[in-house]
Amino acid sequence: MDIIDRKIINNLQGGFPISERPYADAAKQLGITENDLIERITQLLEQGMLSRFGPMYHAERLGGGLTLAALCVPEADFEEVAAQVNAFPEVAHNYARDHELNMWFVLATEQPERIDEVISEIETKTGLSVYNMPKQAEYYIGLQLKV
Amino acid sequence: MTELTIDVDDRRIIQATQAGLPLTPMPYHTIAEQLGLSADEVMGRLQRMLESGIIRRIGAVPNHYALGFKMNGMTVWDVPDEHVDELGQRVGQLDFVSHCYCRPRHLPQWPYNLFAMVHGRTQSQVEEQIQQIAELLGDFNRGHRTLYSTRILKKTGLRIG
Repeated sequence: MDIIDRKIINNLQGGFPISERPYADAAKQLGITENDLIERITQLLEQGMLSRFGPMYHAERLGGGLTLAALCVPEADFEEVAAQVNAFPEVAHNYARDHELNMWFVLATEQPERIDEVISEIETKTGLSVYNMPKQAEYYIGLQLKV
Repeated sequence: MTELTIDVDDRRIIQATQAGLPLTPMPYHTIAEQLGLSADEVMGRLQRMLESGIIRRIGAVPNHYALGFKMNGMTVWDVPDEHVDELGQRVGQLDFVSHCYCRPRHLPQWPYNLFAMVHGRTQSQVEEQIQQIAELLGDFNRGHRTLYSTRILKKTGLRIG
């Protein structure tokens, strides 16, 4: 990664134009050519520095259900419970974290009412109580990651 | 922000772009060709979804971990409910915070209502960031924890549309 790659990451986390030649328009702002910008983005994606380049959608506004939930899993059962939880296709992410609530996962469903069903199915399957923590408010993120 | 319902063509555009835009000089035209729509139609629909907030933003989605931000902490704070929105907005402005939400408490086990995800290159950098949040919250901070992820158990992208 050189200074131009950093400039791309720092300046293009939003505001990519919706226009006939958006790469050319964005490249002009960065002082490089359209072709150079396309090649650099391709490379940054291949190297894994960017996980994606394009629109970021707001899942809830699309009508689906989304929540963060946690479990307090006894250490001895951790792997078994992880497998049980991960088996639900509605579980998008699942992380082990260092707290008494040691398993944290995101549920994403096409139908909002499916969230409560999946939670009770997970409770039945694991025999544990799910701590459901849907977001009640989301705060605007001002500045973005600087590299 | 205006509420907007999405129709079948919006949904097709979402499906065609959620993994990324084509890396072609005229990416919206490329999508339009794939979907059998006009480029103006695709651009107009994307513009509407951006204005209504269905699209948060368009651009590069950085991989924090690959870029050297290997420490991520979920910081959680117990602040008075009547101040959570004002405090959350200020915490969200910090440049190392990538997500900031109000979530329900589960008393007595879980007294925290403000969540802020922080990213740093080192543990000490993350601890400094937590200190900055604590200073910003001042006396409104009635208790906090930082939960570091110790292992990814599952990670599939959110598939929508």
